This record gives sequence, C-alpha cells and structure tokens, in this order.
Amino acid sequence: MRTILKIDDLHVYYGSIHAVKGISFEVGEGEIVSLIGANGAGKSTTLNTITGLLRARSGEIRFFGEPLAKLPAHRIVRKGLALVPEGRRIFQQMTVQENLDMGFYIQRGSSAEAMEQVFATFPRLKERRRQVAGTLSGGEQQMLAMGRALMSQPKLLMLDEPSMGLAPILVEEIFRIIGTLHDAGTTILLVEQNAQAALRMADRGYVLENGKIVTTGTGSELLSSPAIKRAYLGA
Amino acid sequence: MAFLNNLINGISLGSIYAIIALGYTMVYGIAKMLNFAHGDVIMIGSYVCFFACTSGSLPPAVGVLLAVLVCTALGVLIERLAYRPLRQAVSLAVLITAIGMSYLLQSMAQILWSPNTKGFSSILEGNFSLAGGQIVVKYITILTIAACIVIMAALTAFTEKTKMGKAMRACSEDRGAAQLMGINVDTTISITFAIGSALAAIAGVLLCSAYPSLSPTTGSLPGIKAFTAAVFGGIGSIPGAFLGGLLLGVIEVLAQAYISTELSTAIVFLVLIVVLLVRPAGILGKSVQEKV
Repeated sequence: MRTILKIDDLHVYYGSIHAVKGISFEVGEGEIVSLIGANGAGKSTTLNTITGLLRARSGEIRFFGEPLAKLPAHRIVRKGLALVPEGRRIFQQMTVQENLDMGFYIQRGSSAEAMEQVFATFPRLKERRRQVAGTLSGGEQQMLAMGRALMSQPKLLMLDEPSMGLAPILVEEIFRIIGTLHDAGTTILLVEQNAQAALRMADRGYVLENGKIVTTGTGSELLSSPAIKRAYLGA
Repeated sequence: MAFLNNLINGISLGSIYAIIALGYTMVYGIAKMLNFAHGDVIMIGSYVCFFACTSGSLPPAVGVLLAVLVCTALGVLIERLAYRPLRQAVSLAVLITAIGMSYLLQSMAQILWSPNTKGFSSILEGNFSLAGGQIVVKYITILTIAACIVIMAALTAFTEKTKMGKAMRACSEDRGAAQLMGINVDTTISITFAIGSALAAIAGVLLCSAYPSLSPTTGSLPGIKAFTAAVFGGIGSIPGAFLGGLLLGVIEVLAQAYISTELSTAIVFLVLIVVLLVRPAGILGKSVQEKV
C-alpha cells in the first residue's frame, strides 16, 4: 500500500498555546484512518494545519511526497485534499446546488457529472437542490458539506467530527455513507470524538492526548485495548 | 407638479448614493471592513474627469473612462498597501487605517490641486420639459438614474451567475470555507475593491455633474451618507444598498423642499435611527441563524 499523506513531527501553536506537540502519522491509499481524542486534544488543529487554514511552527506535511506546509490553503485543495470542516461551514445563503458548485470551483468545465455522482450518494440533496442551504436540517447540512467536498474529486477526504450534533439515527446514516465512500475507493482521514463508531470502521487509528499521539493500532486493536476502553469508550 | 419635480431629483440624488453605497456594501460584505476612504476615491475620480475634460480637452466620455481606470487602480493599490497587511489585525486597527487613508487622499488632493473649489461642468448638458413645461428634467438626471439601474442589474447578474461572483458570495459568508474550495481570498478582495472603486468614479462624475462644485472634501459627506444608505438597506446586501440609497436621496430632497433645508440631513439620520430600531439589520439585511 502506498502512503499518500505523511505527517512528520508537526508542531502547531495558537498564539502562545502549543496545541499540537510533534505528532507523526500517515495515511495509505484506500485506507480509513481515524484520529480520536477528547476535546482540545489537537485533532481539528491537525486537520486545519494540513489544509493550510493554520500554519505549522515546524514539521513536515507531505502529500504524494510533495511538501504542503508552505502552500496557501486555496492551492492545497488543488493537490487533491478536501476537508469537511468541523461545524460543516456550508454557505448558508446559497442554494444546495450553488454550494456544490463551489466545491467544483477548482475544476474546469461542467459540474453536471460530478453533481450527479454526489446526488447518487446523497439522494436527499437532489430533492433539495434549489433550496437555500441554511434551511436544511442538521443532517442534510452535513450531507451537503460532504457532497461539496466530494465535488472537487479529492484523492483524500478529511472529515472533522461529521457526527457532531446529530441524532443517533443520522450518525448511523453518516457513518454508513462514509463506509460506502471507502468501499468505492476513497481514502479517508476521520477525526471523531465518537471513538467507538470511528474505530469500528477504521483500518487504523491514532489516539491524541494533549497534542501528542499516545497510542496507535488497527481499529479493532484499539477498540479492545483496556486503556482505550477506560479513557474513551466509557467502559 | 413641484412634488413630481422634487421626486425625480430625489431619485436622481438617491441613485448617486446607491452607486456609492454599492461599493461600500460590497467591500464590507467581502473584506468585512468599512472603507471610509471610499468617499475620497469619488473625489479623485471627479478630479481626473475634470482635468481630462478641461486641461486635456478630451470628450466627457473619455474623461469618465479615465476616471474609472484611475480609480480602479487606486482602489486596488489602497487595498494592497494599506488594508491587506492588516488582514489578521483587529477591526479597529483597520477602521483607523481607513480613516487615515481618507485624510491622506484629501491632503494629497489639496497639495496637488489646491484647496480651492473648481467649477465642474456637467458631462451632459440640456434638459427637456413635460406636462407643458411644468416639469423640467435635465438629461443628466435621466442618465444618473439609468446608470444606477444598469449598474445594479449588472452587479446582480455578476454575483448570481458568474464563477467569480459566486466566489465573492462564498468569501463574504465564510472566508475559511471559501479557501477550502480553492478560492483565492486575496484576489477576490482585490477584485471587490476594483469594482467598488470603479463605481465610485462613476458616482463622482455624476455627483459633480448634478452639483457642479469640486474640492478635496467633495467626497466626504456623500461618502458618509452613502454609508448610511448601505446600513439603512442592510449592509452587505446589494439590493439593500440600492434601496437604501434611493430612499435616502428621496427623503433628503423631500425634507429639503417641504420641511427645512438646514434640517434635511438630520431628518435623514432620524429616519435611519427609527428604521434600525425596528429592523436592526437594515431593511433587507439578514441576521443568519446557525442551525445545529
């Protein structure tokens, strides 16, 4: 398996707060990799640094061997990374279709084909394509955020807390869709507080605590590890 | 009939406010800052047109075109030099810089062109009368209203239909998310300043054609009033700036005609305060609620 994303000794600061303290991990082609950890462990900071919204103080981010740390955010997405950000951050005043078109911004030509693919994954979005995004339910907004990211036809899809604030039945639906995308060959980096659900579908996982990786292993190894059970799975 | 005359004049003045307010509101919506130097770009545009037509003896249309070109470049330059370095700074620092930029432009105009008022000759002379001479309308009045409508329609089509226009709306809603889509925020903000400043040049020429005196402070008060119009209509909203500008102009002219010339500006602001008490986001302003 080929490594497509490789993070090496990454340090990120928020002002004077040392939020990410030298983490290293990698994602292989076709994998689902989960970063789990409590609130404030540095999970979102890591994703936002990979996409260029935040700057690393030091360390390396390589995507297909190419260093990303110096590129501005709008150039990084062109390399084939897409982030579904925490809190979804869809364009509330635009229609569903316009949101998807924004996801297609870096591509040339007509968005029709890519949009049909997204509609095939999320039939609900097709029904609501002329609706203003701000009027969608929370679950639909999450689907829209995922669909928008898929419009850029990314080689790596990063999801930041996709289950946050959703009813249990919708959480199940979102994870089912992530599974479908994985089966279709999409490489996924998943950040979750819902450790159980995230680890159950992950090939591998990394556990973050206070900005450091404390444990790593396959999804099932982590699920059955007593220390993880105690700390994150409430057992 | 006098009322109709006043109404037409009010709509004409309001059209000028609306064109200026469109620049204010676009820059606010996308760069999230109040560009208080916007009014002074109007003044620069008027001077460029004035000198092109007098010293250069060029035809008015060329004068307007030159004013648009110079102001577009000036707007982009101001953003690049003064505002872009402050992109991460607190909004008060940006506001103070904008006020400073406003005074810098006024002082430069005083040094270059002297503080004395110049007589601006209208880019379009002549008038026609209706209803047996009871209503006299200047051609420039009609041109002003037409220009405003064309600009408004073009801007709406641009933001609704084009890729760049949609990118602007995306930036105005969520700059970070726009970057994640691959939108270059710096370029988008530059283009916004370019459009806003080009509109300021047109507004300046129309303003000086209707009220033919030009001095380095010519842009200040119309600038402030257009800002008021933008807030009135709902800052950040393009139809809001249009509506706010028109209403402001009509209220001002009618207040001058029927209440008091001295109090007309005060009356305008009184109406603004009442509107904001009832609708804090302005007439067409939206207060977006986040869904969880």
